[in-house]
Amino acid sequence: MIEIDGLSVGFGDVIVQKDISFKVEAGSIFAIMGGSGCGKSTLLKAMIGLLRPSAGTIHVGSENYWAASDERRAEIGRGFGVLFQSGALWSAMTVAENVALPMRMQTSLDDLSIAELVNIKLLLVGLGGAGDVMPNQLSGGMRKRAGLARALALDPDILFFDEPSAGLDPIAAERLDDMIRELRDGFGTTVVLVSHELPSLFEICDDGIFLDSETRTAIAHGAPRFLRDECDHPTVHAFMHRLRLPDDPKLTGDAHGGR
Amino acid sequence: MSAPEGRGWAAEVNGAQAVITLSGNWIARKTGLDTDAAPRILATGARAFTFNTANLGHWDSALIAFLLALRDAAHIGGATVDEAGLPAPACRLLSLASGTIPAQEQQKTIALPVRVGLWAISVTTETFEIATLVGSSCLRSAAAIRGRSAMRGGDLLNCINDAGVAALPIVTVVNVLVGGILAFVGAVQLRRFGADIYVASLVGIAVVREMAALMTAIIMSGRTGGAYAATIATMQGGEEIDALRAVGIPVFDYLVLPRILALTGVMPILYLYGCAVGIFGGFVVAVATLNLTPMSFIEEVGSAVSGSQFGLGLAKSLTFGALIAMASCRVGLRAGRSAADVGQAATSAVVTSVVGVIALDAVFAICANALGL
Repeated sequence: MIEIDGLSVGFGDVIVQKDISFKVEAGSIFAIMGGSGCGKSTLLKAMIGLLRPSAGTIHVGSENYWAASDERRAEIGRGFGVLFQSGALWSAMTVAENVALPMRMQTSLDDLSIAELVNIKLLLVGLGGAGDVMPNQLSGGMRKRAGLARALALDPDILFFDEPSAGLDPIAAERLDDMIRELRDGFGTTVVLVSHELPSLFEICDDGIFLDSETRTAIAHGAPRFLRDECDHPTVHAFMHRLRLPDDPKLTGDAHGGR
Repeated sequence: MSAPEGRGWAAEVNGAQAVITLSGNWIARKTGLDTDAAPRILATGARAFTFNTANLGHWDSALIAFLLALRDAAHIGGATVDEAGLPAPACRLLSLASGTIPAQEQQKTIALPVRVGLWAISVTTETFEIATLVGSSCLRSAAAIRGRSAMRGGDLLNCINDAGVAALPIVTVVNVLVGGILAFVGAVQLRRFGADIYVASLVGIAVVREMAALMTAIIMSGRTGGAYAATIATMQGGEEIDALRAVGIPVFDYLVLPRILALTGVMPILYLYGCAVGIFGGFVVAVATLNLTPMSFIEEVGSAVSGSQFGLGLAKSLTFGALIAMASCRVGLRAGRSAADVGQAATSAVVTSVVGVIALDAVFAICANALGL
């Protein structure tokens, strides 16, 4: 579904991640893992068309995403659904209007059909009946689910999640995980998610890539469960088991420096 | 199996039994929805439905919409729908969509007397709040002058720079043009009587008494007032103000006071500057178009404009500055937390300031008239 080859991403002269290659199979849930600030979200930005990579290619289906014309890229992007970290709901519109806007702008559906589809998307994320609420009246978990309903608006082939469970309590996070899996099973959507929430990663992901902030590239490939049990790279091992790296001076210093 | 292009359904009715055959591709954005399918199927009179999906192609929410509508209609009509014949993923989505629906808050209608009461309460609290704002501005300013507030000198200097130095170009342009316009307007009438020289006194008095203070205040309402409200409202949205409160930094001293002091302090200076460039604008127009020498213009202005008129202008500009800063900061602090609220706060700050300035100017005019100034 998505094939990334020799990709480098960065801002200006600063390279955040380089030489990344991986393949996301259709219908799988793929995790982009790594510590804070390692460039996970930057990589995601390159995949959803917000940041042009400095080198390498991204193929979506059989098409070279960044080599395509702007119009063509927007066309491919219509097959994407993105859930941003904080939901990114448009605050001036109700939840229903948020979900309806992509359909209004990108399809020729009539108002009645749009209303019905909005209702279905909201039902699917468990927010049926909450369509008339303004985003600022929603809790964090509900805001995420409303964002998910909006991401589903155009029945995307690929769903991207930026830190889906960040800021949610364990139960709400678990519920969102289930929802992601159910939607994947139902619609057959391919899912790419950026996360460092270990329980979610182990629970739902079929495959993944581990980005390292030190070497600025991918240091491990595979399902999170597999990396937890089998990978012996010290950074990955420490991450998956919530350990401190023995040779990290800052961390060991911290261990003795408590007041 | 060859799947036909567009979506299609057919109901094979056999007494109370019906087999619904689904075929083709059900893609919402391409084929749209069949929103009245469910009532039509129910109208066949069948009360038990099964599905045949042998010819079903690709599908997305369009199919789910169809199935949900059918399920709801069947539920109301007392019919049964056997989902066994449907693709397993579709069944999963149907069960996902049947989750509990959160109860919706009932919109309450408020009776007229209650509404009047609420309005009265809000007006009273508003009045109290404004009085509190003015009072605490005075008290905290006094504390700040004695160096006993949480206000930082650097912040004050930054605000003075933003409100004062950075505003000079636009204050210059507007006041020069207003001075020039006054000279033109005066010249048209006064030339008829051969009273060209009085254009100078007209420009001098109008600029010093009214226009410099008023125009500068209107510019500052749009420029600085809007910016204050937007900045503080954005901080509100980003929980920055909550963060200040949480660490115990007094929001008023830290955010509001430097802005009020800066704008109130800068306005009289901008007013004097506006007088100078406004008279200059009138001077250029008068000398260029009328039969006036530069010296006679300057002498006439000097004799027409008195100290009390400057005093009136200075008092006005001080009051306008304080009004704009207080109104804008207050609007910003009361703003909601969304992006639209920031826009609303900026708009409301500018409108309140401009209307307030003009209303206050009218009050000044009445007072000056009563005092014979």
